[in-house]
Amino acid sequence: MEIPYTVSTRPDTGLWNAKVGIWLFLASEMMLFGGLFSAYVFLRLDAEPGYWPHGLLNVPVGTMNTAILIASSVTVVLAWAALKMRQFMRYKIYMGITILCGVIFLAVKLAYEWPQKFEHFGAYLKTEALEKYEPYLGNHHLMEKGLPPRVEITGHLHNRAALNDPNIKEYEIALDPVNADPTNPALDRPHFLYVPPTEKIGTIEKADVERATMFLPTHSAYFASYFTITGLHGLHVLGGVLVFIYLWLPVSTKLYKRNPEHLANRVEVAGLFWHFVDLIWIFVFPLFYLL
Amino acid sequence: MRSYFSGWSMQVPNAQIAVENSRFALEKFTLILSFSFQTMDASTELASRPAHDPHHHDAGHDHHELGFWRKYIISTDHKVIGIQYGISGLIFLLFGFSLMMLMRWQLAYPGQALPIIGNALGHFFGPGSMPDGKMTPEFYNSLGAMHGTIMIFLGIVPLAFAAFGNFVVPLQIGAPDMAFPKVNMASYQAFFVGGVIMLVSFFVPGGAAKGGWTSYTPLAVIADKGEAYHPFFNGQTLWLVGFIFLITSSLLGAINFIATIIQLRAKGMTWMRLPFFVWAQFVTAFLLLLAFPPLEAAIVMQLMDRLAATSFFMPTGLVVNGAAVHVSGGGSPLLWQHLFWFLGHPEVYVLILPGMGIVGEILANNSRKPLWGYKSLVFSVLVIGFLSFIVWAHHMYMTGMGQVIAAFFQTTTLIISIPSVIILSAFFISLWGGSIRFNVPMLFATAFLPMFGIGGLTGIPLAFNSADLYLHDTYYVIAHFHYIVAPGTIFALFAGIYYWFPKATGRVMNEFWGKVHFWPSLICMNVIFLPMFLQGMLGMHRRWYDGGQGWNLANEKVWGLSGFHWNMPISIAAWLMGLAQIPFIINFFWSIKHGKKVNDNPWEATTLEWTAPSPPPHGNFAVAPVAYRGPYEYSLPGHDRDFTMQNEPVQMTERARRAEPEPVHA
Repeated sequence: MEIPYTVSTRPDTGLWNAKVGIWLFLASEMMLFGGLFSAYVFLRLDAEPGYWPHGLLNVPVGTMNTAILIASSVTVVLAWAALKMRQFMRYKIYMGITILCGVIFLAVKLAYEWPQKFEHFGAYLKTEALEKYEPYLGNHHLMEKGLPPRVEITGHLHNRAALNDPNIKEYEIALDPVNADPTNPALDRPHFLYVPPTEKIGTIEKADVERATMFLPTHSAYFASYFTITGLHGLHVLGGVLVFIYLWLPVSTKLYKRNPEHLANRVEVAGLFWHFVDLIWIFVFPLFYLL
Repeated sequence: MRSYFSGWSMQVPNAQIAVENSRFALEKFTLILSFSFQTMDASTELASRPAHDPHHHDAGHDHHELGFWRKYIISTDHKVIGIQYGISGLIFLLFGFSLMMLMRWQLAYPGQALPIIGNALGHFFGPGSMPDGKMTPEFYNSLGAMHGTIMIFLGIVPLAFAAFGNFVVPLQIGAPDMAFPKVNMASYQAFFVGGVIMLVSFFVPGGAAKGGWTSYTPLAVIADKGEAYHPFFNGQTLWLVGFIFLITSSLLGAINFIATIIQLRAKGMTWMRLPFFVWAQFVTAFLLLLAFPPLEAAIVMQLMDRLAATSFFMPTGLVVNGAAVHVSGGGSPLLWQHLFWFLGHPEVYVLILPGMGIVGEILANNSRKPLWGYKSLVFSVLVIGFLSFIVWAHHMYMTGMGQVIAAFFQTTTLIISIPSVIILSAFFISLWGGSIRFNVPMLFATAFLPMFGIGGLTGIPLAFNSADLYLHDTYYVIAHFHYIVAPGTIFALFAGIYYWFPKATGRVMNEFWGKVHFWPSLICMNVIFLPMFLQGMLGMHRRWYDGGQGWNLANEKVWGLSGFHWNMPISIAAWLMGLAQIPFIINFFWSIKHGKKVNDNPWEATTLEWTAPSPPPHGNFAVAPVAYRGPYEYSLPGHDRDFTMQNEPVQMTERARRAEPEPVHA
């Protein structure tokens, strides 16, 4: 038994089966990420002033990753076009580049961006202690300008033992620029270029701290959404890369020799998925890095 | 109507020649055509499918090549998968019902030891469940949560959507199989894993999930945590993980169904010639496809809340048992409810639409009349499908989400009752003037109508937010939705099982024992659920562990019994209904081997599945079928039989009688 229209198109719909399937799948994926993005909107609108952090992500690296992903979307189309023109070697090269781009994206995300966050530290202050740490927060300055207050001091934690040791009574933090020089008007709004913590050490008593964690999902609703959405997106990238690797391996050569159009269809379907993954990133990037 | 559309069908071949080299233009053009429901005559069909000869090509070889494992366990054949889903679904239905029978003991006789089996169950479900046969509150909560989850997601959806859809839809549209057979197999396997995880969760320390089938946050996030629980292998976490598998399964199934219905319709099987059941499944598949992913997002977030201590659903300043919870806060419990009910309400229609589809088939068949108002039915189903996405917050009137929002959702909820009423009315009118055969499928199908009617009409007070403030979370709600899914959907499913059983096995189920199954079930269903309306209106809350014994002090009586004392007749009826399923179970398995042998079309039906051999071989049809007419051509004048099958060509004499213009292609 053979299922009709696996490779050729059904004349009245003009589609082969997998193409219908992938568009339906993408519709459901849209709803999945739609649910997550609506959660983001919900949480962000609900957040108390000062509790939705800004400018904590590395924008240049994020931009580079965006460029890499967009480039891979181009190369996957070129790979498909090469197959349609029956230029198999070209297909292999373009597909190889696509795979490489996907791997670089994942590597940057997992080996650089996330660990960098895990090393970063933030301490939310109790409301009554805000005045005490005014030199790090600059809330008077912000109030004059009508900007939301700062309630958190961030930077690099010097005495990491303080996290778990109840005998250590204070955190020593190499302050982020915004806390090192809080009244600098240039820092009123988050800057796009990542600036590492300064040399200036701030000391914060644990008694004044509401909650202090590294930048983990548990840090705030913001980082919870960031890690969940980028994590799920990362899984999609990984899935796409695995499919591309399968389509790049010798199995595909066999299929190409038997039925090149079938392989082209598979690449087209995988490519559509890849474009979708790219599209999701185009939403993730501004939502978390820029806005 | 046909002459109006015939212009469309003429254009197709011309367009194809004109743009043959430009495949994208053709795709767009034909896509528009295909979605405009054009009536396409069989003879203008554009391409013919490769002909199949199962005797030569498939059936003969496969029987030798495929062992038991490939043939029944990891089969890619849609019929086998349908039967796998069907049997699993029935087992889960029985299991979920058994949980409820246990709960009914606690409600009728709160705090008393369950006789005979109580001790054994206490040992079976482990410490903390039923010590000395007395049910603990935690175990009662587990039973309640898992009854809902299992009945809906492991019982009815697999049976109504996956089992009947898999088995019947490809046959009815004249396809050799589903569009993606391997995906179909993966769908069942994901379902199976999800089901096993749900069952296993009963036996982890602390027992299965206790947060209700809705798993409302923040309760569900803080439940099943602490020293007595494993951080991962605890009831609530396993519930979430199991759900991810179930959702995956539904998504794979939904994609497969839609793609199959769009792509694999037989020659001449135009959109308006699809049996109503196929339309119902088509819309159901869209509901699953688009409504489940937001819940999956919510489940991922709740998993993060439980495992990574995030605060998606944990509000700032939450205090539990007198102590502040150590999370960042900033989350929203209401977010979970929105995402949950965004699935939850379309899910209601996932439960009922396949049932309606089955009932439509059986009513037409057994009243020997075309289904009345076919187009109204189809468009009603489409409208329901669309509207079901914008009614979800009527489950949330009590959350304080605001009057404007409540008014909006009240309006949409009332609007969605219109297409439901159209469907039910069309079904009733279909019976009018028919020569009705009351065989077992028809008994169940006709019983569906008033039962669904009661369920639907009692839902209207719940749609009004002012009335809902009073009835919310009472037994009234329980009675309302059970009337829809229990004597509604489940009766439709029984009807479908009796109806398509001969197609799957070549034998019919026993009529007498079918009636022994039907009448007690019908009576018990009503004795169970009718008094619940009264209990609810008296104010009995749906989640009370003691059956309302404490609340009963007011002693307000209806029909001689107080709200609490009504629990006893209800419980007895529930146990009797359990007994009433025994004839069905025996009949089902006995008839597989020993039922009366029948021909390929025992009900003298018209749709394409009855043209295939019973049971259909791999690849279904000996010759690729062609549909020449609509699905319900019963009692056509001038025919010697009272049914005309879809694959019977239209005769010239018939054309003249129908006073239709000669089609252009003739």
